[in-house]
Amino acid sequence: MTEPILQLHDVHTYYGHIHALKGIALEVNEGEIVALLGANGAGKSTTLRAISGLLRPRQGEIKIAGRSVVGMPAHQIVYLGVSHTPEGRKIFSALSVNENLNMGAYSLGRAKSAIETHRRRVFKLFPRLEERKNQLAGTLSGGEQQMLAIGRALMSDPKILLLDEPSLGLAPLLVKAIFDTVREINQAGMTILLVEQNARAALKLANKGYVLETGSIALAGPAEQLLADERVRKAYLGEQ
Amino acid sequence: MHDLMARIQRIPYLYWALAALAVALLCPLVLDNYLLAVLWQAGIYVLLALGLTIIVGYAGLFQLGQAAFYAIGAYTVAILNIYLDVPIILGMPVAIVLAGVLGYLVSRPILHLRGDYLAIVTIAFGEIVRMLLVNNVFGITGGANGLSDIDNLSIFGFTFNTIIENYYLVLFFVVITIFGVRRLEDSRLGRAWTYVREDELAAEAMGVNTVHVKAIAFVLGSALAGLAGVLYASRISVISPELGRFLESVIIFCIVVLGGTGSIPGVFLGTFGMVVLPELFRVVRDWRDGLVGLAMVLMMIFRPAGLWPSRRVAEELSADEQEASTA
Repeated sequence: MTEPILQLHDVHTYYGHIHALKGIALEVNEGEIVALLGANGAGKSTTLRAISGLLRPRQGEIKIAGRSVVGMPAHQIVYLGVSHTPEGRKIFSALSVNENLNMGAYSLGRAKSAIETHRRRVFKLFPRLEERKNQLAGTLSGGEQQMLAIGRALMSDPKILLLDEPSLGLAPLLVKAIFDTVREINQAGMTILLVEQNARAALKLANKGYVLETGSIALAGPAEQLLADERVRKAYLGEQ
Repeated sequence: MHDLMARIQRIPYLYWALAALAVALLCPLVLDNYLLAVLWQAGIYVLLALGLTIIVGYAGLFQLGQAAFYAIGAYTVAILNIYLDVPIILGMPVAIVLAGVLGYLVSRPILHLRGDYLAIVTIAFGEIVRMLLVNNVFGITGGANGLSDIDNLSIFGFTFNTIIENYYLVLFFVVITIFGVRRLEDSRLGRAWTYVREDELAAEAMGVNTVHVKAIAFVLGSALAGLAGVLYASRISVISPELGRFLESVIIFCIVVLGGTGSIPGVFLGTFGMVVLPELFRVVRDWRDGLVGLAMVLMMIFRPAGLWPSRRVAEELSADEQEASTA
């Protein structure tokens, strides 16, 4: 088997004195969707921030395609093929849809034709964005903004996509649409690390999952196994 | 008033620029030397404010020490000219580069800090520069009296002596600076500044080296202040530490904010309000600080994005407002 595209080993991070991640280990292989589950404050977003370099782990190892990235600044990690859609979307509301997409392709520099290819791919995935390409991003609906955030992340042609709560604050119908899109992106060959509160939907989509509890991995395994696991069903799927 | 400004702003930018340039070129035919000197002075402030526009308007950083870089440019060219007989035209690039390098050295260690800390450090830097000049550092700045007998700029045997010649000289630099600043705004670097200004974290996550692009803004803005200092010193031929006083930095900052942060036409409007009007109405001059204060308060209430806001900044402000009202 080839080397995993993403590997974390014994990662510890701190916010000031607060020990946020207490030794996280996980692996994502090429072509997989891996779900990262857990309650609020369990460390899901923190894990993504550590991977993309927005937060520097105090201890542990993070490897992207076999290469250690601990201590590398976030803007360089982007060039290794990691694209992070931060929590709360962080789209640029005063810029147009197209300008937001251009920003996603910042790391491609002046490769105009490549940028246009990626833009066409994003528009094919989200026709709504093409209809509104000159509209200010701040005037889009919540679902459209999420599409834009995902589209922007795809513009850099990443090897792995880190998605933080794509269903956050969306209506159930839109949540389904977003998850369908995530599956579609994955079937086109994209590796995805998905952070979700919506555990059931995420596990149905994923190949495997990790359950975080207060900064440590409490459970890990293939998605079907987690879906069937009694503790998961009780804690995260709301079953008695 | 609102409608009128909106309609004026819809006129294509290029027409405005060409019309303004034509008027500026013809000014010496109709204006007397006093008014030309006022416009020359205004041109110097336009250069200073364009530099600050890169830092404050494009990159969104606070800089309250622009006058220090102005003084550094003026003193560098003067010291080279007086003690080493270096002609102004050769001292000019040295002064510009030195101002840029000092801009880098001052900003680099603190660029990761939030805006208000940057403001404090740049104020402190400005005061340090002024005090060094007053205290005759290395015995070459002339202390509180400053330096005198600086040559005029001359190139290929032509010397810029008269006010008309110097007026055109400053106009030339203003035009090429505007051209350059416009090009920057639309470049990849300009987009990076927009991303950094809007959301630094997201910019970083998209591959923008945020510290690097902020440092470039600082270097370019400081270098332009250095250029303004050179042009000032070479016409007036006498300079003093007063060039670098804090009030000058505040005036330059006010020009940028009053005119509309990040807007080039706004720089001209701001300069008109902050420099030309007080000079023309000398009676009111004693009241200037009070009037400027009043104008600033009224602006924040009625036109928070400035007299002639840049399209982008106006949108950012209204987006913030929407967010605030929906939150």
